[in-house]
Parts: sequence; structure tokens; C-alpha cells
Amino acid sequence: MRRIIVCIKQVPETDKIGIKQEKGTLIRENIENIMNPYDKNALEEALIIKDKFDAEVIVITMGPPQAVDVLKEAISMGADEGVLINDEAFSGSDTLATSKVLAAAINKIADYSIIFCGQKAIDGGTAQVGPQIAELLNLPQVTNVKDIKIKGNKLEIVKATEDGAYLLETETPILLTTTTEINNPRSPTMMGINKAYGENGNKRISILSGKDLNINPKEVGLEGSPTNIYDFCMSKKSKTSEMIEGNKAKEKASILINKLSELNYI
Amino acid sequence: MKKSKVDIKEYSDVWVIGELIDGNISPVTLQLINVGKKLANKLNKNTIVVIVGYGEKDRVTKLLNYGVDKVLYIEHKILRNFNVMGYTEAIYKLIEERKPEIVLFGATSMARDIAPRLAAKLDTGLTSDCIKLDIDERDGKLLRTKQGLGGNLITTTICPRNRPQMSTLIPNIYRPANYNEKIFGQVEIINPEILCEDYKVKFIKKIPLEDKKVNLADAKIIVSGGRGLGEPSGFKLIRQLADTLGGIVGASRAAVEAGWIDSRHQVGKTGTIVRPDLYIACGISGAFQHQSGIYDSKCIIAINKDPYAPIFKICDFGIVGDLYEVIPALIEEINKKQQRYFDNFP
Ligand SMILES: Cc1cc2nc3c(=O)[nH]c(=O)nc-3n(C[C@H](O)[C@H](O)[C@H](O)COP(=O)(O)OP(=O)(O)OC[C@H]3O[C@@H](n4cnc5c(N)ncnc54)[C@H](O)[C@@H]3O)c2cc1C
Ligand SMILES: Nc1ncnc2c1ncn2[C@@H]1O[C@H](COP(=O)(O)O)[C@@H](O)[C@H]1O
Repeated sequence: MRRIIVCIKQVPETDKIGIKQEKGTLIRENIENIMNPYDKNALEEALIIKDKFDAEVIVITMGPPQAVDVLKEAISMGADEGVLINDEAFSGSDTLATSKVLAAAINKIADYSIIFCGQKAIDGGTAQVGPQIAELLNLPQVTNVKDIKIKGNKLEIVKATEDGAYLLETETPILLTTTTEINNPRSPTMMGINKAYGENGNKRISILSGKDLNINPKEVGLEGSPTNIYDFCMSKKSKTSEMIEGNKAKEKASILINKLSELNYI
Repeated sequence: MKKSKVDIKEYSDVWVIGELIDGNISPVTLQLINVGKKLANKLNKNTIVVIVGYGEKDRVTKLLNYGVDKVLYIEHKILRNFNVMGYTEAIYKLIEERKPEIVLFGATSMARDIAPRLAAKLDTGLTSDCIKLDIDERDGKLLRTKQGLGGNLITTTICPRNRPQMSTLIPNIYRPANYNEKIFGQVEIINPEILCEDYKVKFIKKIPLEDKKVNLADAKIIVSGGRGLGEPSGFKLIRQLADTLGGIVGASRAAVEAGWIDSRHQVGKTGTIVRPDLYIACGISGAFQHQSGIYDSKCIIAINKDPYAPIFKICDFGIVGDLYEVIPALIEEINKKQQRYFDNFP
């Protein structure tokens, strides 16, 4: 294992996200941002391999300048370096445009054994970016990985599926997406915090623009995204809840069961 | 990679990518055929099912009984077991050759692996996990509606310039297509040229679930427990109520994280999205991540000792009280009811 690349995304923490009326893109201002929780499992798995095999772990993110925070957090957990991919032209990118940018950056970093992604992003992501990066790099992939054993230059992987799991054997380079079952992400250490936020912290971060990656601005951002938002609304479940009144649990239970029986639910 | 402008007029027909599970047509495939036919009717186009596999011709032919215009059966020895790159390549070639206007998948683990790769290869847009698909009557475009941001936002997307328009649909939202003795379509077998026999990922074996399958997605009745149970043994009571009703046990993430129950029981945004007839939440506060997994239940019942718990805002019937008193009372009442039913039986 030489180099492991982990894709991490900064996502808004709260659920108070709105949508920009005129463009149909997310409003992200004034909302606290965190590392996508699923990406912590991906990072942890990379760090476990680093601890055992002395691999180098590079975390990358595409996002606004403040997304550097998640790179620093990852370094404080044990990653070696962070790469921020930032360009005005990227804003409004859909999953395919995002994958193109990340794939270009990964190509530039080169010389990797494993690329890790999280299972999905919590801000409306649908687990597309991992497989799309793999396709654009012409790499094999295994999604929903819940266990990895490294045997020489082969990987033994357990993939979770709807009806159990598959045991698979693969070679590197490969792209893997992790489940939350796979590990328990570690916390930052004092040493790590020093590494990330100390005097030389910024030296561990590099910033790439669209130009650095030779990306045609027409292929990314809003213009380069095949998927456009057509319409959206907040889903308000307008339900009238009926509270069952009564003196004792027994009385309430009896009223409820009668109602359910009348409605043919039981 | 980037294609020069596509001529969208060249693209026609609605494709459903079907799946066989242990040789049988999967339920979501039949649901997709139903949706696909509705869309195709609006567009006045054909509905075509695409199946990948090996040695399944007879089973694949049965798809014609569901009113489809054609079945394209991609058959190759390498494709006997699911293989991400092999399936992607085979379907990709066929799409490039035949140019479907719309390609639909069920939101299954197979589709999650290949649909994004196909979209990237074809340079087109994919919207996953849709809950509704329709055609824009003004211009015939596919409207793909999904829940976003944990269920509190409903978004509809379009793919105006690229083709095909792709989407995965959450299972069990639409009814399956009806079976019909009369058939009018035919099966066409495609033998793709796949050169690379070794796609690097080798299938060794299937590992079955340790215990009985927790099929929350298809359950008609679910009884869920949360942190309010206070201790792991609380799930005994939850299971008792579930058994009395013939239902399945669910859980909140807090209960799963406490280690009281296996994560396969987790209901919610990061667990299973459920849509039973009856959902009973016991000792669950109703955090929005939990709510967004249960919205489509026909009837939600909440039992919680806190009258201000958010779950009471989205339930149909609520009982404020200690679950350790309410649940045993419920079990007793249900048993009484069933007893009466037997008493009246001639
Ligand atoms: C990224 C992310 C994803 C998540 N995904 C999910 C998900 O998929 N599913 C999910 O469930 N959660 C999910 N969560 C967690 C969610 O935010 C809540 O923390 C969780 O649902 C709370 O579980 P709970 O209702 O059991 O516990 P609590 O919120 O602690 O509620 C316990 C309830 O029990 C009641 N209670 C206590 N004792 C009794 C008693 N004796 N009788 C009756 N009532 C009693 C209390 O009044 C309280 O309302 C997610 C969180 C994050 C950050
Ligand atoms: N902007 C981004 N920067 C870095 N990684 C990303 C980005 N978007 C998505 N990813 C990765 O892709 C995974 C799946 O995201 P998604 O397809 O949006 O659900 C995430 O868990 C990340 O690992």
C-alpha cells in the first residue's frame, strides 16, 4: 500500500437548509458546516491501513474556501496532507460534474493504491460520486464495504448487500466506499491538532483550481451539469394527530385498539 | 469523454433495467414495468425491459406476460454473477447502439453500483432514489421527484440536454404491472462481445445473514423501540407486541447505537425507509432523521411519556404514557379482541 486518497465532503450540519429561488441551488451561508459523517468511516479505514502498512493518506475535497476546515480536521485525526479543489466555476455542480473534478484531481495526485469515499453525503447525496469517480478513472469499485483484509497485494473485502454480504477478492488500484459498520472513527489527537493547526499546518494543504486541473469550465458548474432542478417544495406533512385520552394505560389501550380494529389495521 | 451536443430526437423508448433474484423476476422490476408503461403511453413510445444474465431465457421470457413491447436479454457467461464493470459495459454498449430516451432502475444494490457508472460513461444525468416519475406534458421531459435533505424537501429534477434520462426508483411505491396471459412482445437475445474476462473484482462467496432476514422495507406492521426503552431487555416487550400483531421489530438509531439491537433494524434516513400500514413508535422522540423514514406509513402510532415529543406532531394516534404500562395493556387488549373473534366463530 503506497498512497491512499480519501474524498471528504463538507456538509451543512443543520436541517435549516433552503434553496436559492433563482438558480435552484442550495443556500449554505450562515449554517454550521461539518465533515460528512459517512466520510469519517472512510478516513478511519484509510488511517487503519496507514497504521499497519505505513501508507500515506491524502484527503481531498471540492468546495468553497472554508471547506479547508474538514481537511484540517482530517489531518488532526492522522491524515498526512489535504488538497482543496476550489474554483468559482465549480459552484452548482451536480454529481457528475463533481466526479469529473475529483477524478481530475486524483489523476494529478496519481500513484494511489486505494481511493476511499463515504457511503453517501448527508446533504442530498445519493452515493453516486464514488462509482462515478471509479468510472471516469476506469477503476474497479466495491461499494458498501464492511470489512477489509489486506493479504499481500490482494484485498479481501466484505460488501454489504440487501440480503447479506458478498466476500470478494480484488487487486489495487481500486475505489471503495465504506459503511458505518466498518469501524469507529477516531478523535483528533494533540499531536494531530498541532500538525493541522500549528505553525506549519498550512504547508500540509494544497489548493488546486480548475486551471491547475485543465478543466474546461463549460464541463463543470451549473452549465456542465446534466441534471437541473426543475421544482422543489418543502414537504409539510399536514396530519391531524389524535391524542388518545383516558385515565389509565388500560383504558387508553382499549380505546386505541378499538379504533385500529374499526379502521381494519388489526 | 464529453460528447458533442446530443440530438435528443434520435432517442426513443422507455427502458427498464430488470433484475432476477435467484432466477425469479424481482418485485421492483414489475413495479418499474408498471411505471415505465405509464410513461411510455404518455410519450407514445415502447416499453422495453433489459435483463443481464446467463442461462435464464425461460424466466426472462415470462416478462412478456406483463405487457412489455420487448425484452432485450443480454446473455454472456461472464455475466452469470453480478459484476460491476461487466454489467456496466454490456448495458452501456446497448444504450449507445439503441438510444433509449429514458432508462429506469430500481434503487437496489445492483443499481447503486452500475447506474452512476453508466451515467458517467454516457455523460448524462442520473437522479437516484426517486419517489415519483412523470412526464412533463409541455415538452415530454422526464420529471424525477425525490425527497432530499432528510425528507423535508421534495425536489424534482430534469435532464434537459443529455440523453438518456436516467433514474432509480425506490421499491414498493408503485404497484407491480398486471400479469396477462396474452403476449404481444418478443425476446431478443444480445450476445455482447466482452473481452476482459477478469474485471479485477472476483466473487468468492455469498455470506447469508446470520439470523432471520429483517425485511423492514416490505413489512406491513412495524413496532419500533427507541432510547425510551431504557435498557436492552426492553426489546423483548417490543418483540412481544410485534409478534402479537404479526409485525416486525424496528428501532431508532439511538437504540442501535446503544447496542441494544442490530443495525439492520434501524428505521430512518440512514436506516431503512419504511412504508407499512401500521407503524408503532415506542419511546422514540421523533427526530427528523427518524421521521423521514416513516412518512409514508399509512397509520403512525406514538407512545411516549413526553407530551411535547415531536413524534406526536406527525402521528395519527398518540398515547402519552409510560411504554412499560401501555404496551402490556395493548397486548392484553389485542389478545382479548382475538379471543372474542374466536368465541364468535361457529
Ligand atoms: C447523520 C445522522 C443520521 C441519522 N439517521 C437516523 C436514522 O436513520 N434513524 C434514526 O432513528 N435516527 C437517526 N439519527 C439520530 C436522530 O437524530 C436521533 O438522535 C434518534 O432518532 C433518537 O432516537 P430516540 O428517539 O430513540 O431517542 P431520544 O431522542 O432520546 O428519545 C427517547 C424518547 O423516549 C421517551 N421515553 C423515555 N422513557 C420512556 C418511557 N418509559 N415510556 C415512553 N417513552 C419514554 C422520551 O420522552 C423521548 O422522547 C441520525 C442522526 C444523524 C446525525
Ligand atoms: N465535493 C466533494 N468533495 C469530496 N468528496 C466528495 C464530494 N462530494 C461527494 N464526495 C465523496 O463521495 C461520497 C458520496 O457522495 P454523494 O454521491 O454526494 O452521496 C461522499 O461520501 C464523499 O466521499
